[in-house]
Amino acid sequence: MLRNLVRLHSRLGHALSPPTVCPRGQVLKLLPLISVNSKSYSIVTERKKFYEDVSISHGEGGMFEINLDRRKLKTPGGKLFTAPNEALAIAVANEWDTQKDTLKFYSMHMTTLCNTALDNPTFRSKDQMITAALKYLETDTICYRVEEPPSLVELQNNEWDPVLNWIEDRYNVVIGSSTSILGPEIPQATMDTFRQHLGSYNLWSLTGLEYVITQLKSVVLAFALIDKHITVEQAVLLSRLEAEFQIGHWGNVEWAHDVDLYELRSRTAAGALFVHFSSECSTVKRNLMQD
Amino acid sequence: MAALSSPLRLCRGILREIRAIKGPEYKQSLAYNYVLDQFRKNQITGERYCRAQEEALHASHSYLCLLTSTRQHLALYDIYHGKGQRDTEEMAGIVGLRLPTQPGGKGWEK
Repeated sequence: MLRNLVRLHSRLGHALSPPTVCPRGQVLKLLPLISVNSKSYSIVTERKKFYEDVSISHGEGGMFEINLDRRKLKTPGGKLFTAPNEALAIAVANEWDTQKDTLKFYSMHMTTLCNTALDNPTFRSKDQMITAALKYLETDTICYRVEEPPSLVELQNNEWDPVLNWIEDRYNVVIGSSTSILGPEIPQATMDTFRQHLGSYNLWSLTGLEYVITQLKSVVLAFALIDKHITVEQAVLLSRLEAEFQIGHWGNVEWAHDVDLYELRSRTAAGALFVHFSSECSTVKRNLMQD
Repeated sequence: MAALSSPLRLCRGILREIRAIKGPEYKQSLAYNYVLDQFRKNQITGERYCRAQEEALHASHSYLCLLTSTRQHLALYDIYHGKGQRDTEEMAGIVGLRLPTQPGGKGWEK
């Protein structure tokens, strides 16, 4: 019994207080806190690191696989993890490489996106994803304006109007902003244009695009980011404009505002990168004019 | 919108992040070689406004943002995030009690 306790204690380390013998003389068994079950989509946030080296290799069909030590990485659904191009594979491999001691799945955004695209656990079709993505347009952050305080109104006009104008020009649509509680009236022609545009993306890119839209809570900002009109930091700033305004007025709370900010930035950056890698089949064609 | 950073700054930034992650042997990592490779490949272009170059620049800016923000988020997470609750058996054990057992198992247990 004592040997078991010593083994358990050394495994759990400093996280728990040492096992005490209760007055009745019974020694209690300490159960491990973290149950390891990564075969399904159960809620596992952390796990001990079980590999040393991460590398990528060519699989069949030109796909890339990730190797953790000797073993190949698999998705939570049990399928072999394959990435369509090298850049994405390296990004995912780097995420696994970054982990030390414990694996923090909540920080591995590229891996999560790839897993979702590969497994499609909710069995969604392209049309369903496009409809879900476009639903955000009716309640787009950029289109919802306040009427007071005047400094916030001005800030919104200065920061959001240019992006709105850009997207209206680029896609030849009408969106408009509104101060009413119902939001702007989006004409059907606009929806059709966007639907058609989104239809041109493949399933992987759509996964990423929908992810970005969900994070930024805005279709306009997501498009501006994906079309490389604005950077990730700018997109996140515009999405959180009112929050930033209030922070400027009332002060910053690190454990809420900063955590939110960095998490939003990392997720959005991962989504944008994912779309970039999935939609651009970037093979280097070089004109060897020079030596 | 504001212009993106220069390629040099982006490249340095990404490599610095990789070094922060990996430690002393960062030069052997996959990401290091790939990033350097990509930056070198996209350097020379015949056109004045090369779209591929701009896109690669935007992608590298996004990647730098990903690396920095993940690192910053993890740092804050370690400081502020709750450590979770202990198991009830354990909590009872801390004050020296035991949970009651039902020999036939509770009704909903298998």
